[in-house]
Amino acid sequence: MTPRIFAYIQHRGGVVDDSAAELFAAAKAIDPKASPTAILSGFGADLESACNSAKSLYAEVWRVGHEGLSYPNAELVRQALLTILPSDCIVLLLHDHFGIDLSPGLSVKLNSPFVPDVLAMDAIQSESLNLVRQEFGGQVSVHIDCDFSTGAVINIRPGAFKAEQPTDRQGVIVDKSSEVGTFTTKRRYVETIVAEAGDVDITKHSVLVSIGRGIQEKDNVAIAEELASVLGAAVSCSRPVVDAKWMEKSRQVGSSGKTVKPKVYLACGISGAFQHLSGLKGNPFIIAINKNPKAPIFQVADVGIVDDVLEFLPELTQKTRESRGVAA
Amino acid sequence: MNILVCVRRVPDSSENEIKLNSEGNEIERDELVYSVNEPDNYAVEEALQIRDRVGGTVTVVTVGGDEDEEVLRRQLAMGANQAVLLSDDAFSGSDGRGNATILKGFVQKGNYDLILTGVQAEDGASQVGGMLAAMLDYPFASLVNSIAVEDGKVRVSRDIEGGNREINEIDLPCVLSIQTGINEPRYVGMRGIRQVASVPIPTLGVTDIGVARATVGASAAKVKRTDYFVPELGKGAEMLNGTRKENAEKVLELVAARGGIK
Amino acid sequence: MVGLFLFPHGHDWLMTSRSLFLTIHIVGVACFVYIVSRRLVPLVRAERDLRFDQPLIRASRVLKFWLGQWRHPRYKFAGTLHILIFTGFILLAARAFSSLIVGINPNFVMLSGEAGHLYDIVTDYAATVVFLCMVIAAVRRLVFRPARYSVPARYGKAHTADAIFLLGLIAILMVADSLLAASHSFQRQSVETLAVLSLPWIFQIALGSASLATISVFGIVAYLVHEITFYFLLCYRPFGIQFHVETSLFSIYFAKLERGTVKPMRWGISDGQLDQVKSFGVKKFEDFTWKHILDFYSCADCGRCADNCPANAAGRPLAPRFLTIKARDYVFKHYPVFSKANNNKPLIGEIYSEDEIWSCTTCGACEEECPLLVEYIDKIVDLRRGMIDEGNVPQSLQKPLKALESRGNPYGKMERKRADWTKSPEFLQTCNVRVLDGKAKAETLYFVDSITSYDDRMQSIGRATARILKHIGEGFGILGAAEKDSGHEVRRFGEEMLFQALRDHNTNSVKASGARRIVTADPHAYNALKHDYKDVPPVEHISQVIAREVKAGKIKFTPIKEDKVFTYHDPCYLGRHNQIYDDPRSVLDAIPGLKRVEMQRSRDRSFCCGGGGLMLFYEPTEEQRMGVLRVRMAAETGANVIVTACPFCMVNIEDAIKVAGMEGKVWVVDLTELVDQQIAQQSCAEIRETAVCGG
Repeated sequence: MTPRIFAYIQHRGGVVDDSAAELFAAAKAIDPKASPTAILSGFGADLESACNSAKSLYAEVWRVGHEGLSYPNAELVRQALLTILPSDCIVLLLHDHFGIDLSPGLSVKLNSPFVPDVLAMDAIQSESLNLVRQEFGGQVSVHIDCDFSTGAVINIRPGAFKAEQPTDRQGVIVDKSSEVGTFTTKRRYVETIVAEAGDVDITKHSVLVSIGRGIQEKDNVAIAEELASVLGAAVSCSRPVVDAKWMEKSRQVGSSGKTVKPKVYLACGISGAFQHLSGLKGNPFIIAINKNPKAPIFQVADVGIVDDVLEFLPELTQKTRESRGVAA
Repeated sequence: MNILVCVRRVPDSSENEIKLNSEGNEIERDELVYSVNEPDNYAVEEALQIRDRVGGTVTVVTVGGDEDEEVLRRQLAMGANQAVLLSDDAFSGSDGRGNATILKGFVQKGNYDLILTGVQAEDGASQVGGMLAAMLDYPFASLVNSIAVEDGKVRVSRDIEGGNREINEIDLPCVLSIQTGINEPRYVGMRGIRQVASVPIPTLGVTDIGVARATVGASAAKVKRTDYFVPELGKGAEMLNGTRKENAEKVLELVAARGGIK
Repeated sequence: MVGLFLFPHGHDWLMTSRSLFLTIHIVGVACFVYIVSRRLVPLVRAERDLRFDQPLIRASRVLKFWLGQWRHPRYKFAGTLHILIFTGFILLAARAFSSLIVGINPNFVMLSGEAGHLYDIVTDYAATVVFLCMVIAAVRRLVFRPARYSVPARYGKAHTADAIFLLGLIAILMVADSLLAASHSFQRQSVETLAVLSLPWIFQIALGSASLATISVFGIVAYLVHEITFYFLLCYRPFGIQFHVETSLFSIYFAKLERGTVKPMRWGISDGQLDQVKSFGVKKFEDFTWKHILDFYSCADCGRCADNCPANAAGRPLAPRFLTIKARDYVFKHYPVFSKANNNKPLIGEIYSEDEIWSCTTCGACEEECPLLVEYIDKIVDLRRGMIDEGNVPQSLQKPLKALESRGNPYGKMERKRADWTKSPEFLQTCNVRVLDGKAKAETLYFVDSITSYDDRMQSIGRATARILKHIGEGFGILGAAEKDSGHEVRRFGEEMLFQALRDHNTNSVKASGARRIVTADPHAYNALKHDYKDVPPVEHISQVIAREVKAGKIKFTPIKEDKVFTYHDPCYLGRHNQIYDDPRSVLDAIPGLKRVEMQRSRDRSFCCGGGGLMLFYEPTEEQRMGVLRVRMAAETGANVIVTACPFCMVNIEDAIKVAGMEGKVWVVDLTELVDQQIAQQSCAEIRETAVCGG
């Protein structure tokens, strides 16, 4: 018998994003006939509004409202979930900074196995779930067998499951707030420090020249800057470039950086690790340049060129200048 | 302050090409070079810096076999006070939960105020830290990019989306998973390793750490790898195969066509 | 010199003045001895340095560099001035000495008769010349202010005041000496005219109408001023740059005899014993050797080193002159003459910054210039060793070091791909390179080293070298996967243990290959195999091989087709460190129709391209790349092709051409590529790699 499937949905400011629909699609992948239950936690009007959005997709939405949950503290959310979840169920979450914070501990307390960062799942057949993950930064994929006899906690990779479109259905909201009880925690949320706006706001540009490790050294960032300036674009980057201190954090695109929605995205010397790509939304036209023909980026790009970015970008800059009649 | 850092020996991501073996179900491991998992290295450096500020000890531990000793030794050379290897046939084939169970057994034999792990290893799982914390009933925070020690607690900042940082106050003892870039790890050379060559690294087995055999190893694992594979490449990108000049022209066209040039 | 007879009458005066002079002598000498003994204290506490070998060679170098002032003419004007001053001092030494003695023994005569007379004339002119040089030097300092004397703000105040003070004191000494000679000339039986137009002669004329008593007074005053100034200078010199007057003889005698080498971690401790050494490198001041500290004393603050330092020109935080001056100020402060020594701070962070020490490319331009033979490379390597020992290594260098440790090359590429450059299909048609793996053997080993093996662009140097060796009928092979990085920069960046591991591995591989000689196209590998490695067969650079074969007529060239102007850039480790300047040039000059010009900075004045090995990974703070400066130098001569004989020069110059925006105006080619192209002219399509063809 297929266990009951729950999806924990995050929201911000009362708004539920694509992740709700992705989780729904993931639940359907496990069991096409399932009717997953959404769980949302929070407090006040924001929670109300989020639950209302969720019910256009989910037949049943559990609302867990509590003042202590007004900021999603993983320790507290876990306590709340433990009081309301039935045993041996499957819980789906997004593998983002919150899912990484919550799921491992939740799986231990639920006494269920945990599978992180899942890209694909086969429908349940017998006693185990077949899932697909990646290892080594995406260089290889791996088939996973998960025994779900005591349930499972599964984090899905953002964007891996195609979001289900909402329907006209109106689900039911079930209020579970009173079941939660009081919280004790040794981890207290203090505040969120918003990233300093750098000199350039990459979220506002429609064309981004994005650089990765392939730029090789700080001095070469200028090559990307030149191209960006003739294109009227901005330079953004992946995490390793920030770690190496070649660019400011405000230029980082990715799960721990900014989310951008450009029209055109030039991925220069970027391998295509998912943490970076998860920062790209809105289906931009991706042009990838990378020395390694097997780089994962070529799977997601629209157009690809196998070349050394240090050679290709100046050529592109030159061509752009010529076409605009600007002296080289 | 007694700090424990859980480390792992992994194939070095930058110096290896990960490929499937000839049977196509496992990765080719013959020519891999191994080193300590990069985020774990940042974690050890962080632990050393905290220790040098507030006093105490740093212990590094790993679950594995003889080949993992080299990583422990390297961390000793970096400055850790002691290193422990958790090794037993009963441990082999453990999944993430199994590893966390083993570590939990070890933690309970000692007295640690702060436990650090790297945010993720080569399997990209990011799980051991959180699991260990739940088993111990310690508070946990992941993706930590700065730690300030106060009396009986720590103030940490987490890496969340948009480049923002979430500040939390956490009572000790606690478990934290450490993000890369938190510090600049010091260099460890061959000499450093030679100097700690004769420091004993105790090996503890399943009975030493008081863990039930049924909870660890392959038999207890509920999450297992069946095989490695390289997926059928989908259509993927349309590859441009002209000369560099031709490719550049084409890219320019494409960018312009999408309203990309101002 | 005839004894100075101060007073024809007045014994009382003579007696008291004599005791006065004697007192001044004793006090002066005693002070000097005390001061010098205090200055020797840090040398006694310093690390040992074995410099007592080969006394004859060392003595001959003293004759060449100290007495012969060999390095000075490299800066013509200042050099000439100094040679005049130095010669003057040497000539005047005996005169000064005897004038001191005469104060207590008026009848003392150094040299009598004609010889004495001649000596007097010579020294009269010497004093005059020295005096004039002082004036010129002062004017130079105050009015013309040559750039190399200036002190950037971060290093403190200008040194001009001190310089003028010293110049003034020496001028006073010359004046006093001349006045003394003039006054004395009147006190002889017959008054002889002194050397015409000399300073004493001028005073002689000035005093001509004075009474004998007045002249005597002038004489006494001159004598006192001379003696006091003399002893003041003697005791003042150890407090500043003028100490080089005393220490230069020693700094030159004890100077390093070989080029291209690096000092051992500790003198007298073999590699096998290094595990017992508690601390590596220089962390605190006493970790320097006594010779290094002597160097700090001996610096004359002339600025020639910094003037030729490419890191300084590029705006990196390094100037060799200030490495020394800061250390000297440090030792003066912490080992003061008049109070107790107080020390024990680490140098990095206190007087040196980390970037400062990592910025050096070890090009050797500073050591080539220094008239006092002050050494720099060993000190920088020692400071780096200290930082490495503390784990204090820039993140940008940690990755390549780790890759060198695990894969034997700084790129982290797999060992078994090291010989892949020999396997490209087009290349295999022209040349089949053997790997000397025990089954294949050869007389000659071509040591390729890492960059030529793995870098896509540099592999063409490997292929060109292989084809050349084949052309001259050389039976050769490569080590392939058994070759690891030569470790040349690993050593110079201070990672001695990793270097030794690489060296030992390679030495075994080389021996196992059975080769009896080694050839390489990489000057860094060449220098390593020649100086850092022991027990390996003799090594040559490919340019030497080609030059020899050209001379023997075994290599002939087809005329060059392109109408371009070529210039040769001397790589630091081929040129300056190993003095191979002519072989590459003779090869170029043997190519018919090749127009070659010489850059102003060439041969031992060649300007470093930016550095090789690990330096390619380091991210310096600089205003301009060294390579860009060099490319502009080439363009200034009217050259549009730079020929070099080092793969690292190639990388840096190629990059620089792009960064400087001079693509299509300046090209760079390796000597081997050019030779390979001209030996058997091939169509451009086949040599895509050579930039010269068609531009």
